[in-house]
Amino acid sequence: MAAAAPMILYGLAGLAALFAAAKAHDELFAIHAWLVVLICIIAIFATARALKFGPEADDRPKEKYLDGVVRAGVVATVFWGLTGFLVGVVIAFQLSFPELNFDLPYTNFGRLRPLHTSAVIFAFGGNALICTSFYVVQRTTGARLALGNTAWFVFWGYQIFIVLAATGYLLGVTQSREYAEPEWYVDLWLTVVWVAYLAVFLGTLFNRKEPHIYVANWFYLSFIVTVAMLHIVNNLSMPVSFLGSKSYSLFSGVQDALTQWWYGHNAVGFFLTAGFLGIMYYFVPKQANRPVYSYRLSIVHFWSLIFLYIWAGPHHLHYTALPDWAQTLGMVFSIMLWMPSWGGMINGLMTLSGAWDKLRTDPIIRMMVLSLAFYGMSTFEGPVMSIKAVNSLSHYTDWTIGHVHSGTLGWVGMITFSALYFLVPRLWKQDGLYSLRLINWHFWLATLGIVLYTASMWVSGITQGLMWRAYDSLGFLEYSFAEAVAATHPMNVIRALGGVLFLLGALIMTYNLWRSARGDKRSERPMGAAMPATV
Amino acid sequence: MINHKVIETNATLMLVLSLVVVSIGGIIEIAPLFYLENTIEKVEGMRPYTPLELVGRNIYIREGCYTCHSQMIRPFRDEVERYGHYSLAAESMYDHPFKWGSKRTGPDLARVGGRYSDEWHVQHMIAPRSLVPESIMPGYPFLARTEIREDDIALHLKANKTVGVPYTADMIKNAVSDLKAQANPDADGGEALQKRYPKTQIRDFDGNPKKITEMDALLAYLQMLRTLVDFSAYKAEDNLR
Amino acid sequence: MTSTERDPVSGTETTGHVWDGIKELNTPLPRWWIRTFYVTIIWAVGYCIAYPAVPLINSVTNGVLGYSSRAEVAVELTKAKAAQQKYRDKIAKLSLAEIRKDKDLFQFAVAGGRSAYAVNCVQCHGSGAVGSTGYPNLNDDEWLWGGNLEQIAITIAHGIRFDEDEDTRISEMPAFGSDEILTSPQINDTAEYVLSLSSKSTDGIAARNGKTLYAENCAPCHGETGAGNRELGAPSLRDAIWLYGSDKKTIVETISKSRKGVMPAWGQRLDPLTIKQLAVYVHSLGGGE
Ligand code: HEC
Ligand code: HEC
Ligand code: HEC
Ligand code: HEM
Ligand code: HEM
Ligand SMILES: [Ca+2]
Ligand SMILES: [Ca+2]
Ligand SMILES: [Cu+2]
Repeated sequence: MAAAAPMILYGLAGLAALFAAAKAHDELFAIHAWLVVLICIIAIFATARALKFGPEADDRPKEKYLDGVVRAGVVATVFWGLTGFLVGVVIAFQLSFPELNFDLPYTNFGRLRPLHTSAVIFAFGGNALICTSFYVVQRTTGARLALGNTAWFVFWGYQIFIVLAATGYLLGVTQSREYAEPEWYVDLWLTVVWVAYLAVFLGTLFNRKEPHIYVANWFYLSFIVTVAMLHIVNNLSMPVSFLGSKSYSLFSGVQDALTQWWYGHNAVGFFLTAGFLGIMYYFVPKQANRPVYSYRLSIVHFWSLIFLYIWAGPHHLHYTALPDWAQTLGMVFSIMLWMPSWGGMINGLMTLSGAWDKLRTDPIIRMMVLSLAFYGMSTFEGPVMSIKAVNSLSHYTDWTIGHVHSGTLGWVGMITFSALYFLVPRLWKQDGLYSLRLINWHFWLATLGIVLYTASMWVSGITQGLMWRAYDSLGFLEYSFAEAVAATHPMNVIRALGGVLFLLGALIMTYNLWRSARGDKRSERPMGAAMPATV
Repeated sequence: MINHKVIETNATLMLVLSLVVVSIGGIIEIAPLFYLENTIEKVEGMRPYTPLELVGRNIYIREGCYTCHSQMIRPFRDEVERYGHYSLAAESMYDHPFKWGSKRTGPDLARVGGRYSDEWHVQHMIAPRSLVPESIMPGYPFLARTEIREDDIALHLKANKTVGVPYTADMIKNAVSDLKAQANPDADGGEALQKRYPKTQIRDFDGNPKKITEMDALLAYLQMLRTLVDFSAYKAEDNLR
Repeated sequence: MTSTERDPVSGTETTGHVWDGIKELNTPLPRWWIRTFYVTIIWAVGYCIAYPAVPLINSVTNGVLGYSSRAEVAVELTKAKAAQQKYRDKIAKLSLAEIRKDKDLFQFAVAGGRSAYAVNCVQCHGSGAVGSTGYPNLNDDEWLWGGNLEQIAITIAHGIRFDEDEDTRISEMPAFGSDEILTSPQINDTAEYVLSLSSKSTDGIAARNGKTLYAENCAPCHGETGAGNRELGAPSLRDAIWLYGSDKKTIVETISKSRKGVMPAWGQRLDPLTIKQLAVYVHSLGGGE
């Protein structure tokens, strides 16, 4: 009986989608409407058969914490991570060997690139954030997730958002706003899901047993509300038809540009930084079994970080038609952002400092150290690139791409992997991981991959920047654009190979996690006894 | 840090304070762009996109050309000498959304209009490496095969009008015929189109007079870039900001 | 509430809170950290005083240095021009032939032309100026419109069949097939005749039939002997250099549909000095007359 209400709801939603499909203004919208119909049908069947991954049935004994949704989130994180990395590798090879675009609409670089960025940031990163925040907030409040099964709605609602966004890019549905490409109706859906997410998270905080809120939750909370604000403002737009896939943004030209990069920069600041600092603040002290280094530092760097980050957007628009005064603000606030960013790194590294000995025996700790090191590096490089003189060289080039990936592969990727290694044995109630040595392999493959990636992009970016502005002795431009394209070909190939290594590491992780969840144990020499020659 | 206890023991307060703290920067930076008068330069020649150009622009967006091409020439000697006069804010005042780009895997396109012939563009879009062996640009042969949708163009103009583009009732009423007239030099509507949208280039862009294809629309868009603002009447000294 | 304790490893006190076993140390802020933070703040304030920064109600603070990125580039462009002034003045004054003769000036013009070529022309004529189908090779000594300095300069400044330039070079070969001037057997015969001019015809009878068709339809432009006519931009049909290709299929296509290659006019985009330098450069590539 309890399943009846949601089934009626899915049925109604399915009918609405059916109506939308029939009346659709354009065929792309119709395809999406049909997709929703399909999802509703699956939901009805799934509810009827009460799939294991679905909401927990009432007759099962209640666990203290709602962990099913976290388990599902872990699976989704791994799945979307592999997808996103794979598409990254594909587009990296396309930039080296353009024949791989196959002259088709659905496989060309321009459509796959947003698929890559959204898959890694929102699908991989977003699922990691949602599932870890659900895990962490329950552990650090001692309360079960609030609002019953709403967390499951957040999980599935978010996956539907991803599927609609990703299929949209391939079909050609896009607003072309970087990191906010989904069209208006997908944006609206995400808004609903996100409000539910905020409600669950905040509700759980309300139910906490410990009067103080743990610092990880400050970061998660500010990440959730700020992303809500950014998302809503940046996506304001006017649809051509309310049953059509195309819309025009509310703002235009220079105002639109700054709104977009106010959003874009803070997608970095809040999605890829504040949220992942939340992960860091729970998993690092847990894995190291050490107290957090400095409570005061937490407070000062938290408030200064979230205050200053918002201002830095204009560093994406240096020397554009954005007025000079706004560029100045973007630059100085980026510089001031340096120390607040490093506050997180210091707190993380110094927390680990009482456990340096574990570095030899625990590859997860090693991953955490590397992650924090890359966090420190990219948040140093970022302020440097914000300096207008530096940006005049680096902007538009692969240098930016190198910076992006030292932040994302190094910081976001590695901290997520270490959290996954922490979570899987606990969530699947096993007494340890399948293999530590495989983590070591993952660690080295990923590290080498990142080094190849970032180093080649620095060289490539600086080559581009210098060739574009090179003058001969008489004061004439030295190179054609195509010469710079040709010159960076080797670096593009190296980058693609770096990506392959990174993907390979992630595949090893997937295997390791899968065996761990099953409770298998690999018979292997313990870590640290004698370090392998790789070091 | 004793006072922090008040915040960290009250989830609502924490939420509200976070929201306040993250709102400030955006408001101070973005709001003035709407009211400071010198944000958008005074120029002559800007007009909204013709229906065909708008369709072309939407194809540019759909295919993700902006992932490789910027449309924003920075005020540097090398960029001005390579691409032309630095871009003005006024040049994108009817752009919903803006298309300045953030990566130059390919060259800047802000002033590409008139730089190449239609034939060159068609061949380049179909098979870039047949013309530029070093190129890593994808080929888009399907654009030349696909006809554009004509019936809903008025709705597109209306949506633009809602967000502030000065399309007149006349423009919206004649959107479909304007769309067809631009790709067909023999059609009657050319003169009226030219009056509604000065400096419109009217011709069969893709070399296939029987159809109005996505290639026609994309080229109409690319070939109009740069051509609107009258730089001989533009006073750079009055627009330092 | 829990009470504070001392961490045995670092000797620092904890704050007394515990979440899922996680405690916090009450370590003071690292000195160097907070100091560096202050320094960046002070620097930021200073920078905002020096440069345009703060939006007000009707204006912005312009900064005490009076900086503007647009003013800066204007200065830089003037400086760059000034550095080349002694050459620029001469190039403006002298004729192309005179520039060609002055060794210093010639070198300068070739450098400038090479650069302008790399920026504007390679997309069509190729990096080595060898051209490609439909886009002529600029190294050889076959010229559609003439290969002396003046003629090259005119071609570059006004383009070829470029509608937006009033003085553009125009001459259009009729589309003998599409415009139904010739039937397809006639076109076939004419093509064989054209092939025979460079001794490539494989069908003697057709070529002989084509001879009169050629004389009536083609000779006015391409000449009785097929040597071409530069007044009309009509290429020679006797040599080994082909703009579109020398196989029969291509030639039939050319005759049936005509080609009408377009070259943009650069006079509207580049300054007259650059056009002169380009002409000198292209002329110097090997085929200049
Ligand atoms: C993978 C990157 C990539 C994508 C995507 C891409 N381009 Fe390009 N584009 C290039 C490169 C590299 C060049 C320079 C070499 C050449 O001319 O092909 C170029 C050159 C051009 C040029 C010539 C510009 C000039 O001044 O020389 C035009 C026009 C152009 N692209 C239009 C487009 C359009 C329209 C699209 C989308 C439908 C697009 N490009 C998508 C990489 C790309
Ligand atoms: C859009 C492509 C394009 C660009 C860019 C271009 N050209 Fe051309 N150019 C052509 C075509 C096509 C022709 C031949 C036209 C014809 O078929 O008659 C031509 C012909 C010429 C000729 C005449 C050759 C002869 O045999 O008489 C010269 C000289 C020339 N181009 C120089 C330049 C220079 C210098 C530049 C750069 C400033 C340039 N072109 C840029 C397409 C282009
Ligand atoms: C009104 C002048 C005119 C007439 C008449 C004319 N042509 Fe041409 N022809 C040209 C011009 C100009 C070109 C240069 C190609 C272009 O259009 O870009 C050309 C090019 C060609 C080419 C291509 C050469 C190459 O290098 O690829 C061939 C072949 C040719 N003509 C054959 C003929 C034949 C055969 C006839 C008669 C049936 C003819 N032409 C009549 C003006 C003319
Ligand atoms: C196997 C790993 C990866 C590979 C091979 C890869 C490859 C690429 C490539 C080729 C691009 C396009 C660069 C260009 O346009 O020149 C790109 C862009 C991007 N990638 Fe990745 N990527 C990988 C992983 C990731 C991860 C894990 C993230 C984030 C969590 C990420 C975030 C981004 C972002 C944000 C951009 C856009 C950068 C910009 O617009 O400046 N990537 N990636
Ligand atoms: C103090 C911190 C940081 C500052 C000041 C900063 C600054 C910058 C600057 C100046 C750019 C180049 C903009 C341009 O020229 O187009 C940039 C790009 C970027 N950064 Fe950072 N960065 C910081 C940290 C990070 C971190 C930690 C990450 C990732 C986890 C990251 C991800 C990105 C991305 C994705 C872009 C590309 C945006 C685009 O063009 O699409 N940044 N950043
Ligand atoms: Ca969006
Ligand atoms: Ca057409
Ligand atoms: Cu940024």
